[in-house]
Amino acid sequence: MPAEITYLEAIREALFEEMERDENVFCLGEDIGAFGGAFKVTEGLMAKFGESRVIDSPISEIAIVGAAAGAGHMGMRPVVEMQFIDFIANAYDMLTNYVATARYRAFLPCPMVVRGPSGGYVRGGPFHSQNPEAGFIHTPGLKVVYPSTAEDAKGLMKAAIRDEDCVLFFEHKYLYRRIKGVMPAGDHVVPIGKARIAREGTDVSIITYAATVYKALEAAEQLAEHGISVEVLDLRTLAPLDDEAIIATVKKTNRLLIVHEDTRTGGIAGEITARVSESCFEWLDAPILRVTAADIPLPYSPPLEDYVLPQTADIVRAIRRLASY
Amino acid sequence: MAKAPSAPASATDITAATTAARPSDALTRAQKLELFYWMRLTRSLEEKLVNLYRQTKVVGGLFRSLGQEADAVGSAFALGRRDIMSPLIRNLGAMLVKGATPLEVLKQYMAKEDSPTRGRELNIHFGDTDRGFIGQISPLGDMVPVMSGVTLTFKMRKEDRVGLVFVGEGATSTGAFHEGINFAGVQRLPLVVVVENNGYAYSTPTAKQSAVKHFVDKAIGYGIAGEQADGNDVLAVYDAVKRAVDRARGGGGVTLVELITFRRRGHAEHDNQSYVPTGQIEEWEKHNDPLDRYLHVLKTEYAATDAEIQAMYDRIQSEIDAATDEAEKSGTPHPLDSLVGVYADPPSEQPLWFRRDAADNDAYGAERPESWGTWNVTKGSAS
Repeated sequence: MPAEITYLEAIREALFEEMERDENVFCLGEDIGAFGGAFKVTEGLMAKFGESRVIDSPISEIAIVGAAAGAGHMGMRPVVEMQFIDFIANAYDMLTNYVATARYRAFLPCPMVVRGPSGGYVRGGPFHSQNPEAGFIHTPGLKVVYPSTAEDAKGLMKAAIRDEDCVLFFEHKYLYRRIKGVMPAGDHVVPIGKARIAREGTDVSIITYAATVYKALEAAEQLAEHGISVEVLDLRTLAPLDDEAIIATVKKTNRLLIVHEDTRTGGIAGEITARVSESCFEWLDAPILRVTAADIPLPYSPPLEDYVLPQTADIVRAIRRLASY
Repeated sequence: MAKAPSAPASATDITAATTAARPSDALTRAQKLELFYWMRLTRSLEEKLVNLYRQTKVVGGLFRSLGQEADAVGSAFALGRRDIMSPLIRNLGAMLVKGATPLEVLKQYMAKEDSPTRGRELNIHFGDTDRGFIGQISPLGDMVPVMSGVTLTFKMRKEDRVGLVFVGEGATSTGAFHEGINFAGVQRLPLVVVVENNGYAYSTPTAKQSAVKHFVDKAIGYGIAGEQADGNDVLAVYDAVKRAVDRARGGGGVTLVELITFRRRGHAEHDNQSYVPTGQIEEWEKHNDPLDRYLHVLKTEYAATDAEIQAMYDRIQSEIDAATDEAEKSGTPHPLDSLVGVYADPPSEQPLWFRRDAADNDAYGAERPESWGTWNVTKGSAS
């Protein structure tokens, strides 16, 4: 029986395997080389693959994302690390104006991954806790994945590296060392664009992703004791959304709660709500509800952060409301 | 008031500018005539585009490089066939040298279905990595990081290739320029960064763009080589860029080349240049036109005859006329082609439901009867 490894180790394993498999894969980022990255995701890569394939960069998010695009045009498969995903904002222009449009406007491929530690619940404050996925989901030409399990972290990273287009790979730092899994044998690749049923249920559906998958599962467990059967759908990929899986769960339970750690206004819950409304309005027995972060920059102090971010009790409360509607 | 091109500044490594041997000395007479051909072709093609623009056949904006043909042509002429260049909006001449054809440029401006970008992009925003030029985007400075990635690949693969990226003096104010050239410098990449200092970024004069007097001085801050040349002297441009290209190819890293020139037309054709002091444009036109200057050199130093020059004009005219006739015959893109190729997978987006008709349903599958939605989710979801 293979040993369990953490979510973080699963990502590292994917990087190792892909760099061994394909010499065009290389890593680029701040402090990723000898130091192994702020969270040690890339630890050991430089020792194994050398400085030319594990490149320590200046503090230059625009440059490393742009350079990855240029290298991608020439047939390389760069994996860029954002030290914290919050800093991806610095590369917003390069990602949205250059990378996302390159194939469409110029037939130039950008097979690249931009990955980084994301999310809160870690007392990281306003600039080390963000979930900036919504702006990129909104941009045609980018793919966005955000795994919740160690198995998916590995399998989706391998899929992202092999994808012909740019994939933004959000890694939840709360899950890095808390979540473990046993990796399936062989070349474990999880397809981009496919959601996963994390728990089967019949009364209410929760659609969520990343760290709040576990809050949703906790809530489902509590509610099961009160006779409410909750289905939890883990999206895994945010762009493109798995419409089939979303619609299937709505048709099964007829009640939908969407949970995300990202802020509320303009978050992906609104988009899912619109799609469900357009595609299976008559299957709904209750309004679609959202449990999300408040529209607040994420504060540092535990009572403040805990208040702003979605908690299990919030989900329980929302499910009860839906179940009794 | 026209200002004579400044003398080389006290930047690093520009001593080469004063050494005796000029790279252009190695060019043949035929190559020297060819330089004039590319400059004249650029100007004549743009003049044709002005006509088409006034006939509204150019459906978007028109960008001229009038007065800057030497800096574009001389720079690109210093590159090898497998080298890759990223042109900017005033570098039509550089693209022609690298193999772009007048027909492609005309179709692109006229937004034709078989234009290089199939009608997706405007003006000279197109590329071909095989011929060695990559299409620019409108946010300025972005191509510096991108070209650092292209040349990083050359370095990683130990390929004997060089990259060249054009930016205007205005783009040196962007974060992308700074991050890209700094990264390229640190990595000692085989990259030439050409800063075309043409006096204005849209309406903003150089003095409001930067406190530096000479943009070549920025090379010092990045620890890279610098070159400065008279951008309206095609051989001086060639010399400076060729030195930079040779340095890059020889493992000497990045060079910032400042080419001093002047933009004699507006940012685009709609721009009346009301912000330019009276007489300045005329002064450059009269005394510092790159074609006039080089024609004089060709006649006095290389014995170019009137017949030779006339034959070149005739050839250019017939090439442009033929290309225009052919470009006009091309059709406009099919609207549904707009949905194709955002991603490799899926290869096409689907038409939104309010843009579908029965024929589209044949192609994409009918929408489910209960759905007013946008997405074609048919599998296992029959009502």
